[in-house]
Amino acid sequence: MKKTNKISGAEAVIKCLLEEGVDIIYGYPGGAIMPIYDELFKYEDKLNHILTRHEQGATHAAQGYARVSGKVGVVTATSGPGATNLVTGIADAQIDSTPMVCITGQVASHLLGSDAFQECDIIGISTPVTKWNCQITKASDIPEVIAKAFYIAKSGRPGPVLIDITKDAQFELMEFKYKQCHSIRSYTPIPKFSINEINKAAELINSSKKPFIVWGQGVTLGNAETEFKEFIEKTGIPAASTILGLSALSTDHPLHVGMLGMHGNYGPNVLTNECDVLIAIGMRFDDRVTGNLETYAKQAKIIHFEIDPAEVNKNVEVDVPVLGSVKETLPKILELVNKNSHKTWLNKFKSFYKLEYEKVIKKDIYPTKVGLNMAEVIREINEVSKGNAIIVSDVGQHQMVACRYAVFNQSKSNVTSGGLGTMGFALPAAIGAKMGAPDREVIAIIGDGGYQMTIQELGTIFQTGCAVKIVVLNNGYLGMVRQWQQMFFDKRYAATEMINPDFVKIAKGYFIEGNKVKKRKNLKSSIKEMINSKKPYFLEVCVEKEANVFPMIPSGASVSDVRLE
Amino acid sequence: MTNKLNTYTVSIYTENNIGLLNRISAIFLKRHVNIECLTTSQSEIDNIYRFVIVVKVVESKIKNIVKQIEKQIEVIAAFYHTDKETIFLETALYKVKSKSLFDEKHIQKIIKNSQANIVTVSPDYFVIEKTGWREETEKLYDSLEPYGLLQFVRSGRISVSKESMNISNILRLNTDK
Repeated sequence: MKKTNKISGAEAVIKCLLEEGVDIIYGYPGGAIMPIYDELFKYEDKLNHILTRHEQGATHAAQGYARVSGKVGVVTATSGPGATNLVTGIADAQIDSTPMVCITGQVASHLLGSDAFQECDIIGISTPVTKWNCQITKASDIPEVIAKAFYIAKSGRPGPVLIDITKDAQFELMEFKYKQCHSIRSYTPIPKFSINEINKAAELINSSKKPFIVWGQGVTLGNAETEFKEFIEKTGIPAASTILGLSALSTDHPLHVGMLGMHGNYGPNVLTNECDVLIAIGMRFDDRVTGNLETYAKQAKIIHFEIDPAEVNKNVEVDVPVLGSVKETLPKILELVNKNSHKTWLNKFKSFYKLEYEKVIKKDIYPTKVGLNMAEVIREINEVSKGNAIIVSDVGQHQMVACRYAVFNQSKSNVTSGGLGTMGFALPAAIGAKMGAPDREVIAIIGDGGYQMTIQELGTIFQTGCAVKIVVLNNGYLGMVRQWQQMFFDKRYAATEMINPDFVKIAKGYFIEGNKVKKRKNLKSSIKEMINSKKPYFLEVCVEKEANVFPMIPSGASVSDVRLE
Repeated sequence: MTNKLNTYTVSIYTENNIGLLNRISAIFLKRHVNIECLTTSQSEIDNIYRFVIVVKVVESKIKNIVKQIEKQIEVIAAFYHTDKETIFLETALYKVKSKSLFDEKHIQKIIKNSQANIVTVSPDYFVIEKTGWREETEKLYDSLEPYGLLQFVRSGRISVSKESMNISNILRLNTDK
């Protein structure tokens, strides 16, 4: 008899993941994915499966892992509700360009379309929020599809991919052969740059008097932090970051002039409308960055370094698009730009900073009021962590404060939900971040609202011993919505007040050490104790209930109308 | 930029994959754009399919939509054209009671004048086919309607562009990479 080396589709899935260098996956088992979990059991020495407490937690954990490690985050879930619970995380990964591969089980192929138990059209549901998705009904398709999935997730502008595998395909036997995917004929991950565009961009930059760089996560995703730094240092151009671009350049760099956008710094917003050349690098002119497009940088020539052609001229008409990966295009333009310094222009940013410091920052980080402020908590964390921690923030006021004030010394240190603004992101994302960068301090900054959206992941932290530090800034409100209600809805606080439980007790229920700070005199010591702990640690800080985040560009207003109070 | 609504023919060359239609139509859905008509068929290249979609939008929107379509992994290339830039036709079928063909002599004249073809004749009904521009198939509809149309159907637009689309080149370049 001829000897065959046939394995099941389920085992093939595991072997494919190993071939792709995966050593950690986040997931939750269930009926339609049991064959894969059965194989996971056999491969548990090679492939670490983290059982989250909800599939959404698995996606955010995979995102946190991907964002700090640069690797593809992998998620497994069962069919039906298991699959639908992934959708928020997938949508978040899509809009924030996070590489992720989600594998869902599906009912057996003969049951497709029969409304079988836990059947759900996850391909249909996930189509608008995935970079690519595919259903497998034959075991023999598994290696090729998974190879494609990883290639698509991580190449070009990264994004999430979903693979749905019917249960019969998981059981079916097949001959395993794996070949990594390096090209797809209908897909151009990185568009070819044109030297003509680079020449034009260089000319514009060399002749400009008040150039201004706005950069985004493209710098980090392209692993082009060094190239970016060389470019700004040679040209001497002041540079401001989008929320997701933060940490690509260390916070204390003399040319780093702050954060852009709705709650960004004063100078970068106002001076967007004064610069003569605006150089956008790996960012997509999100409405939270641009404010009213009709009045956005109309006086400036705009250069856009971008990997995704669909982003060029999408929101802002640009004069010179430079397509391609910034890893390739920045060194090319570096050769062509003149060494320069824009001292007077840079000083303008500094004077705007001084103004913002006097009117906002000083009161934020060194408050004189009795109640604790969110910003002083971040300042204290900076002082203890020395800017070396990974800061994972959730969504809302605390997020804006964390991103405004956190100090970052190295890249891939700022993990937050930018585009989708997913409350509940931070706690599970912090778990993934800690596992993706086990040697680094990971501090999650979360509001009392978002914390309770994925609080069940304390169970994952307890079970894995994952030493994340959780700081809940508790103001008893859905603070950002409350701030808008105060400013734009005559203080009608509809459904924003939260009567909260004893968070420390809940942490302790999961055997996680916890502490609560109400007074300023205890803040520093509590933060020190938290950071010095080698274990997971929960710290609740009761902050001022009705504090607002400033500066602020009211929705629909111009960037130059940013308000300081 | 003008806010004038124009008719655009979007041509999309794709791999033949399950779910791609959903993926492409979702791009229109997300932007609240109604699809006027859609056809899909094999293209001039083996195993490469071609979608022809007609929409009425402003130019800035169609540019954005076509880029988003082109970004999809299994889309090889996507284009948009104005009516002037394409050669396009639609086919319409008209099902009429056979009785009227004999009772109303005028019908035969209408068919002849509009250069339509009779596809089939049965004791109960006969079917007329007319290929042409929308105005022509509509004109025939208006002419036949008084005699009682049992059924009427019009295909989506099929169109070829005047300019070359170079799909084979794109495929070759991407395969050589």
